[in-house]
Amino acid sequence: MEFIKPGTRIPFTKYRRVAAILSTLVNIAVLALLFTKGPNLGVDFAGGTMVHLKFQQRVSIPEIRQALGKSALGDTVIQDFGQDGSNEFMVRLEKTSVQIGALGEDIRRGLANQFGQDSFEVRRVESVGPKVGKDLRERGIWSVIAATLMMGVYIWVRFGFSFGARFGLHFGLGAVIALIHDVLVTVGALLVAQYEFDLTIVAALLTIVGFSVNDTVVICDRIRENMRKSRREGLESIINTSINETISRTILTTGTALMVLIALFFLGGGVIRPFAFALLVGFSSGVYSTIFIASPVILLWERGKK
Amino acid sequence: MQRGIVVRLVIFSALTFAAAFYLVPTFIGELPSWWGGFLPTERIHLGLDLQGGSHLVLEVKVDKAVENALERIKEDMRKLLREKAVPPSELERNQGNQIRLKVPAANGDRVRDLLKGEFPNLVLVSSRTDPGGREFLLALHERELRSLREDTVDQSLETIRNRIDQFGVSEPVIQRRGQQDILVQLPGVQDPERAKEIIGKTAILEFKLLDETHSVEEAVKSGPPPGTEILYGYAQKGEGGLGAERVPYLLDARTLMTGEYITDARVRPGSNLDGPYVELMLNSNGARLFERITAENVKRRLAIVLDNRVYSAPVIQERIGGGRASITGTFEMKEARDLAIVLRAGALRAPVEIVEERTVGPSLGRDSIRQGIISFVVGGSLVILFMIVYYMGAGLVADVALIFNVLFLLAVLAGFKAVLTLPGIAGIVLTIGMAVDANVLINERIREELRGGKSPRSAVEAGYERALPAILDSNITTFLSGLILFQFGTGPIKGFAVTLCVGIFTTVLTAVYLTRIYYDYRMAARKLTRISI
Repeated sequence: MEFIKPGTRIPFTKYRRVAAILSTLVNIAVLALLFTKGPNLGVDFAGGTMVHLKFQQRVSIPEIRQALGKSALGDTVIQDFGQDGSNEFMVRLEKTSVQIGALGEDIRRGLANQFGQDSFEVRRVESVGPKVGKDLRERGIWSVIAATLMMGVYIWVRFGFSFGARFGLHFGLGAVIALIHDVLVTVGALLVAQYEFDLTIVAALLTIVGFSVNDTVVICDRIRENMRKSRREGLESIINTSINETISRTILTTGTALMVLIALFFLGGGVIRPFAFALLVGFSSGVYSTIFIASPVILLWERGKK
Repeated sequence: MQRGIVVRLVIFSALTFAAAFYLVPTFIGELPSWWGGFLPTERIHLGLDLQGGSHLVLEVKVDKAVENALERIKEDMRKLLREKAVPPSELERNQGNQIRLKVPAANGDRVRDLLKGEFPNLVLVSSRTDPGGREFLLALHERELRSLREDTVDQSLETIRNRIDQFGVSEPVIQRRGQQDILVQLPGVQDPERAKEIIGKTAILEFKLLDETHSVEEAVKSGPPPGTEILYGYAQKGEGGLGAERVPYLLDARTLMTGEYITDARVRPGSNLDGPYVELMLNSNGARLFERITAENVKRRLAIVLDNRVYSAPVIQERIGGGRASITGTFEMKEARDLAIVLRAGALRAPVEIVEERTVGPSLGRDSIRQGIISFVVGGSLVILFMIVYYMGAGLVADVALIFNVLFLLAVLAGFKAVLTLPGIAGIVLTIGMAVDANVLINERIREELRGGKSPRSAVEAGYERALPAILDSNITTFLSGLILFQFGTGPIKGFAVTLCVGIFTTVLTAVYLTRIYYDYRMAARKLTRISI
């Protein structure tokens, strides 16, 4: 079975201007969204408390709010969680569990009064102090930046050795730009889908960085090989050939990864869903960015030299 | 290349047997008795998010310990200077954790020498003379400060360990993290609120006399008279303590005795009317001190204060010898037991604050495991089916390698006592999806070479050879980001990083080397005339 017939020659680099404009617009939109609306930070990063409740019977958010309202908790956000009819809710509080202290008991009592003693279960409590939240936030951002740069340096060194430092640098730059694109697109999708940013999202972003660079590595590897084979062919043509020769692999690999991610997204439960979602978006974006961004960046640089 | 097939087969068989042995304890509930001798008994450890439990990070307020230490030094200094007949005109601890001492100018030099001789832990920050006298600013020596902070955290850790041991949690993790944090993990703890209560209590017990010369109401309204303080107690333990009425007590600020002399604390049932009480056993010094205190203050009320809360203030009927004291109050049994635990384990030298808490109930953990396994099976089946449909024979080879991959991956997790978390399960599922990348690279390459007109035999050889650099590169990059993830992550995320990184090794091992054995075998048998790919 073959998805892409051998000998297919799609002139990918022809679309590089359209792709560049489109991607730039998308990325600017994401940045604008990020700085105006801001990300929806989970307790890991914002500090505060998240309580995950499961009820035996059907309850509504206003009912829970009413039950909690009797205790002075400050701002609360209550969200439906999990599948429909599982009666699971997330209650988000600004205070940490220490500050809540005896109020924790109060919440329990409030819920017990409203719904009955054994009608609900506290499935999860996460509470993070403001200092820890700030620390995790900074470390999260830095680890994503560090990983992205590390990938660039790896490719630079890796291809620089066998290929000349200049080429290595351009491959590395292409990879970094493509990765920034993937991370931004994923962040944008998370913003639009209104998922909370927490530690698992950072884990997802780091995985995306590590995975999405693979496509770039494979294509660059092929470009290197083809350049050795046919020295007279122009760079643009070589790049196109290389993308076409590897596209089948790119689609297949990402395809199998997406298969398991779809399984995780639908069957893995509410805790892992945002993580699976981020990976789905990031991996898909990785295919696009390798073909339409990383490779043309190399071309751009080589053109500039002439 | 064809040579060494037997050797490689033997190596892989050995690895497979080892892996199987490592996995037996995980998948078989009851191990036969003859197991165990030198066979592995480690099961795959489940993280707190899968088995339920509490993850707490406590910050030790070391600054408070520094303040306390300075406070003590200040009192020692006052005593010493009085004894040497050079009493201070002013002596206080200022905000910057310094001691400010003022003496009449005439005594200045004498005091400076005394300080130098008697308080080697202090450094003189500045000294100046003005009409009011000579003023010294003193601070703790940097070295002293550092060791005080270290000791405080270490001592807190020990105390917390004692308390948790007495509370009864199996396999708790209690360790230092960073400068002043303590990580506590309590797997399977049933009542996290109560555990937190016990761990977080400072448990500083003080005995103070009630001031009965002034009116409490007056003091509450216009502030306590000098040398006294107002602390509160609860008239009765209401539902959860919130509804209970707060009762103010006016106390002599001086602490007559602290909990440091306690050797043991037990819950006593008490009469029906009073409910249980906690009996304290004191060491000989404590017993003597307590006897003296009670003898000197017969008919006065002695307040028992724990963490600035007045538990009771009984009237001293007579001198109490024998080193036994009791804390009465309107306790519930559970509360009395917890109180005994913290008093037995001792007080914390500095308060602790819970800066991070992650508690997962057992039912969520069970659900997560079930959902994780379902997505593992469904996702894995999809990939396996797809590979067969797309590559036929070569797909089947890749699938067999995939199954070994998962086997080895789980065995490594069990063997190295890694912790499996929910993101970790996601990592295994993801490894399945990404592992076939190596086979895809190889197979695509073989197809290409076949199209180029090569014989199956040389196509396979060229396929493996040419695909290898890309396979290694892509796995190295994923491994690198896995390392960063491990550095960054806490608990569950670390579990993901671990499965991701281990999965990379098992992937290269199985997807590249194991499948190669199969093709080499067919080449050696001269049967590789046609290839199903």
